[in-house]
Amino acid sequence: MSKLIKEDIDKFFIGQFEAFESSLNGESKKPLHAKRKQAIDNFRSLGFPHAKHEEYKYSNIAKIFGKLFNVENLSDNSFSLSLDEASRYFIPELDAIRLVFVNGVLNNDLSDMDTLPKGVHIQAIKTAADDYAEDFDKHFNTHEIEGADNFSELNTAFTNGGVFVKIDANAVVETPIACYYFNDAKNADVISQPRNLVIAEKNSQASLIESYITLGENTSFTNAVTEIVVEDDCVFNYYKYQNESDQAIQVGATMVHQLGKSVFNGVTLSLNGAMLRNNLSIAIHKEHSETNMYGLYLLDGKTHVDNHTVVDHKVANCESNEMYKGILDGQSRGVFNGKIFVRQDAQKTNAFQSNRNVVLSDDAEVDTKPQLEIWADDVQCSHGATVGQLDMDQLFYLRARGIDKQTAKSMLLNAFASDVLSNIKIEAFRTLIENKINERL
Amino acid sequence: MLSIKNLHASIEGKQILKGINLEVKPGEVHAIMGPNGSGKSTLASVLAGREDYTVDSGEISFNGKDLLELEADERAKEGVFLAFQYPIEIPGVTTTNFMKTALNKIREHKGLEPLDAVSFLKMMKEKMKLVEIDQALLSRSLNEGFSGGEKKRNEIFQMAMLEPTLSILDETDSGLDIDALRIVANGVNKLKNEDNATIVVTHYQRLLDYIVPDFVHVLFNGKIVKTGGKELAMELEERGYDWIKEEAGVA
Repeated sequence: MSKLIKEDIDKFFIGQFEAFESSLNGESKKPLHAKRKQAIDNFRSLGFPHAKHEEYKYSNIAKIFGKLFNVENLSDNSFSLSLDEASRYFIPELDAIRLVFVNGVLNNDLSDMDTLPKGVHIQAIKTAADDYAEDFDKHFNTHEIEGADNFSELNTAFTNGGVFVKIDANAVVETPIACYYFNDAKNADVISQPRNLVIAEKNSQASLIESYITLGENTSFTNAVTEIVVEDDCVFNYYKYQNESDQAIQVGATMVHQLGKSVFNGVTLSLNGAMLRNNLSIAIHKEHSETNMYGLYLLDGKTHVDNHTVVDHKVANCESNEMYKGILDGQSRGVFNGKIFVRQDAQKTNAFQSNRNVVLSDDAEVDTKPQLEIWADDVQCSHGATVGQLDMDQLFYLRARGIDKQTAKSMLLNAFASDVLSNIKIEAFRTLIENKINERL
Repeated sequence: MLSIKNLHASIEGKQILKGINLEVKPGEVHAIMGPNGSGKSTLASVLAGREDYTVDSGEISFNGKDLLELEADERAKEGVFLAFQYPIEIPGVTTTNFMKTALNKIREHKGLEPLDAVSFLKMMKEKMKLVEIDQALLSRSLNEGFSGGEKKRNEIFQMAMLEPTLSILDETDSGLDIDALRIVANGVNKLKNEDNATIVVTHYQRLLDYIVPDFVHVLFNGKIVKTGGKELAMELEERGYDWIKEEAGVA
């Protein structure tokens, strides 16, 4: 297998699109397909992002894709995943509306959505485009957002296997919706590009968990986009969990449109993968909204995790808080890029950002870059980034009381992570993450 | 209990301790006094096993064990306790959780079962009274946002919980007002018995009004240059340290 260069990758995906298009038959006349075609045209101009693109300077997806991916050995999307096997990766003790995707396609047999709570609508995105045509017209790929890039275009072009979720106005959905994205890479390399649209209508409350799993030793490439529309008086909690295989490459965009006065809480937890890139983009469209973004990346081996976040304050009197923390061991690499836009109209904005890192080995690396663009003059914004080692004074203090080095280290790192983890409001999920962290530390 | 012989120690190539000899027996209180920079805190740190310091030569034996062979946590398990001059703040770790972990590690070392939650709380309540420390403080992150007095009381509370055989108080009086000083000293005195020993490291005599030493050692330029009873501390209070320097022939 020879390594692919960027031009090969561009050609490969265009070819994939042509094959996909020809398989669609009559469906290609529908409005959804017009959006796909527009997207592939947009993609064509710049192609697959690579290191020369400023936003991918530290995370050369094209390079790792070219190195790991074998287009000659591509999965035909047949798979052998059983419920029994899949269930080993479900969050234990979690009562959830379970959506299971295999290779990017929602799978009804493995999902558990027979009895949905009142006010919750879930269906495959392809058919929802017809059944919820009005919602689609209004919200599918229509809201412009900072941080969207050519991977998002590529994803839109391949919109096919994702899910549509709608929470009716005034519905309080206490059971979280848990999405498990399985890539079955046991026999061949897999590409999956799930595309989801989630609409939380006014005065509703819901929680969404997205968890990514690659099975087998072959390479997977996930290019996921989840659009979340949040209307007036909503509280929406979003969790992303990545404990991937060493051969998993992932680009995931979460695009949050806070169209109404609302609260959005996001927690991103990254534990393993080859290269994981998270684009979290949030646009605040209405006054008196609140946005909280938390992240923890706990990395070792050669895992590379890149969190690019954007919060766009378009209007006045809103608040955003962002706290990302990293613990890096081995030869891992962490990238954080946090953009805050405060538009001219967004007076009285409070925007806070922090990125703190603890580096445990000589070979781990962190690149952190806060970016604030402020056009309004009456605002409070702050940002801070730190990269350091474990505090030796703290370590000695614990040891001087009889606590061995290993336990002391684990206590300090757990304490460091705790103010991110305390924002996981689903207990079963928080317990799982705490256990994973304890296993690692 | 503790026997230090000809101890030399340095930090980053700079020699600080230049031949310390000290014998401490059970039931005794020793005060180590001296001007700033004489090596008092270094001695305390070396005894506790701080890795920043290099022991260049000499011996320390503690209850028959070679202390220098032991890591900091192993020394604590053997019964050495250092009350820090500047207790460290650890956000995210509560004092309660910290003490539970420490106590059970020490119990494990002694071959004892871990303390159950009820007995642990009962013990905590008892020891809290000793230093008049509030429960609410102990549920907060360790030393985070504590006042100077609260930090020092927390040190003595920890000492009460862990019941060490050798306690080293490193400038526990620095920055304490007289009320807090009395509380801290009172706590230390109540913990004293014929089987344990205390080393009080201090610059001033005041603390020794409350914790009465059996021996006073004056440390100067990395060596113990004078040893006496508690009256030596009084003399130092009156005359300062200059005459010691002169006697030591360095002036």
